Amino acid sequence: MFKFERFGLGIFKGMTVTIRHLFRHPTVSQYPEQRLNISRRTRGNELIWSRERCTGCATCAKACPQGAIEIVTAANTAENKYNVTKYRVDTGYCIQCGLCVEACPYDALFMGFSFERAKYRRADLVQEDDALAESPERPASGYFHPDIAAKLPEQTLLVDKITEKRKKQ
Amino acid sequence: MPAAAVAADWPGGYWWHWLFYSVAIIGFLLTMVMGAIYLERRGMGRMQSRLGPNRTGPFGLLQPVADAVKVLLKENIVPTAADKIVHFVAPIVAFAPVLMILAVLPIMNGAVLADLNIGILYIVAVSSIGTVGVFMAGWGSGNKYSLLGAMRNVAAVVSYEIPMVLAIVGVVLFAGSLTISDIIAKQDIPFILMQPLGFLLFFAAACAEINRSPFDLFEADQELVAGYMTEYSGMKFAMFYLVEYAEAIAMSAVITTIFLSGWRGPWLPPWLWFILKTFAVFFLMIWTRTTLPRVRIDQLMAFAWKFLFPLAIINLFVTAIQVLAWPDALPWFLIFINFAVMGVLVLIWSKFFRLGWGRVQV
Ligand code: SF4
Ligand code: SF4
Repeated sequence: MFKFERFGLGIFKGMTVTIRHLFRHPTVSQYPEQRLNISRRTRGNELIWSRERCTGCATCAKACPQGAIEIVTAANTAENKYNVTKYRVDTGYCIQCGLCVEACPYDALFMGFSFERAKYRRADLVQEDDALAESPERPASGYFHPDIAAKLPEQTLLVDKITEKRKKQ
Repeated sequence: MPAAAVAADWPGGYWWHWLFYSVAIIGFLLTMVMGAIYLERRGMGRMQSRLGPNRTGPFGLLQPVADAVKVLLKENIVPTAADKIVHFVAPIVAFAPVLMILAVLPIMNGAVLADLNIGILYIVAVSSIGTVGVFMAGWGSGNKYSLLGAMRNVAAVVSYEIPMVLAIVGVVLFAGSLTISDIIAKQDIPFILMQPLGFLLFFAAACAEINRSPFDLFEADQELVAGYMTEYSGMKFAMFYLVEYAEAIAMSAVITTIFLSGWRGPWLPPWLWFILKTFAVFFLMIWTRTTLPRVRIDQLMAFAWKFLFPLAIINLFVTAIQVLAWPDALPWFLIFINFAVMGVLVLIWSKFFRLGWGRVQV
């Protein structure tokens, strides 16, 4: 059949695509200065551990496929319970799978938000005891804890709605 | 150069007229090239959903300066196999014609180095001299990739010169003069409306001739390293880089002058109109460059000889009939006719093109 095609329609379509891109937000974000939002339920590169709730059951250590968690307990006969004498996570081994968080029967373990923990020495990646505690700088993520996620503010993960612009250092 | 050819409101005919304009043209061109490089890199970035260079200075405005400084401080390496003198002279030979084109393009009424009575012919003649520089670069480098790139350039320029000139002739017929200032004076309605097909043909041919994507085969990185520029480094490379953008600017200025009524326009000062229009045409070049993938060398030739060339001849024929038969026709009528002719011709000619040349649909 006599059909009209290839008279520049493709070129025209392509040109409309590129010109539309000119007027929209570019899909890149300038990382050190701008950060995209992180999901409220992210599995960050750190664990948040609560000494008060932890019973020393070591379920988390057993659940960890990497053997990244080391826990030492001592029997406290006076109060008839175990005291955690050492809780040590080597985040260099951690693959952020979140299995430990899911395994903990006492809701004592949470994933964190952090992802900027590059260090020069492996030893610096190890976090111990109270370094693992929750603090305003280290909030617990809503991963496996819908109640926490529900409390965090609504957010968008779209590139063109970058919310956080950092100050130049 | 007789003094009469210089516009009356400029004190022409004196040596300082030439000196002033030579300096002014070089300064104008370099500034425009800076702007062009910035516009191209940022604009192309945004069209490809990137940001483009934005670190050097506010909004990345100083990036061309930083690049220039970097490239000037680099070592100048000349290959052992190179023909030293040719290798050295080539960038200069390539650069000179660009300045020579700008010498005849008025920035304002009468603000021109020389208003030749064969201005258009001069532009056509001079603009292809740059090819000699490119060919010298390809030959003098003593490198097969350079030579291949240069050969492609020569082949393309030889082919694309013809539709380009034929497209201009349509304008010349309407204007009835080869003088640039006359052509501008005739453009109460810009010739892009009277000659839409001519504009398309000229734009495509100009893009091919000055090595703009999608016709940038002469330095196709994937095939030829960097084409004729492969063996150039340091300042001579900067020179070629400059030539590339200067040619684009010069061609945009030519298109502005002969199709977009040059410096004429309401409200704004004429020189600003000229610069704005030039950048508008250059933006069109950026736009096509961002959008279209590079053609193959056989497609390049086919496009010139099977598409541009016949259409240019038909366009010339139609224009000649219009000028002869209806000299007093209403311009709006002619505009309508010419757009219709363009649409029909492009539609019909698309039937002569197949995809793949023998391959099954790609
Ligand atoms: S997130 Fe996975 S790898 Fe990391 S400590 Fe918990 S169980 Fe181990
Ligand atoms: S599973 Fe929970 S309660 Fe048990 S040791 Fe680990 S963190 Fe403590």
